[in-house]
Amino acid sequence: MARRSSSEAIAWLLFSAGGMASALLIPVLLLLFGVLFPLGWLAPPAYAHLLSVLSNPFLRILLLLLFALSLAHWAHRFRHVLNDLLQLDRLRTAIGVLCYGAAAAGSIWAAVVLFQ
Amino acid sequence: MSTEPTDLRLYRPPIRRTWWLHRRSYLMFVLREVSCVFVAWAVVFLLLMINAVHAGDDGYQRFLAFSGRPWVLVLNIVALAFVLLHAITWFNLAPKAIVLTARGRRLAPRAVAAAHFGAWLVATVVVGWIVLGGR
Repeated sequence: MARRSSSEAIAWLLFSAGGMASALLIPVLLLLFGVLFPLGWLAPPAYAHLLSVLSNPFLRILLLLLFALSLAHWAHRFRHVLNDLLQLDRLRTAIGVLCYGAAAAGSIWAAVVLFQ
Repeated sequence: MSTEPTDLRLYRPPIRRTWWLHRRSYLMFVLREVSCVFVAWAVVFLLLMINAVHAGDDGYQRFLAFSGRPWVLVLNIVALAFVLLHAITWFNLAPKAIVLTARGRRLAPRAVAAAHFGAWLVATVVVGWIVLGGR
């Protein structure tokens, strides 16, 4: 049995918060920017409007939270998917480090992109 | 007596790597778990968009052209399906994770799920209003 540790509890908390944030906000964002605008079913917003939305500090912090928590959600779930599907027991630690490391790196990238 | 029985705690029954293909419920479980990959892709895609906006109007127009490429569009349609699966399964599970009691009685699980779907609707409308507001 895997050892239960407090870091596992923190990972689960972040997973849970990220699951909620991404479930609430990602579908509409992906629907708009990934599907409706490219298909031309809705006209994409003007550049100036997006720039002014993205310069709002409150929205920047909200987006950073959304992105960082969503990536933590991915890391935790993906780690368990890999463990369940591949069953590479000897690589469990490496898989964990890679997943959470990628999420941390992605969160830093998000901060740089949002606050540049 | 010192005849050690086999230590059952160390016994792990072999599991085939294709275990999740044998039942519909297992497959749905794996699809739900795999949805996280598309959540991560959505974050990357949105960050590319924000980065492009910060690079100026030219950057934004290049991003719009990029998002219209067939492979990006197909990827995003698939991603949208998975992200919707994530949202729906997440809100449906919420009553199992959140048990609320009011005046000593448990709040109906259906009410907890309904509250989450309601919050989803509100969040969707607010985001749409912010993104499309500049017409």
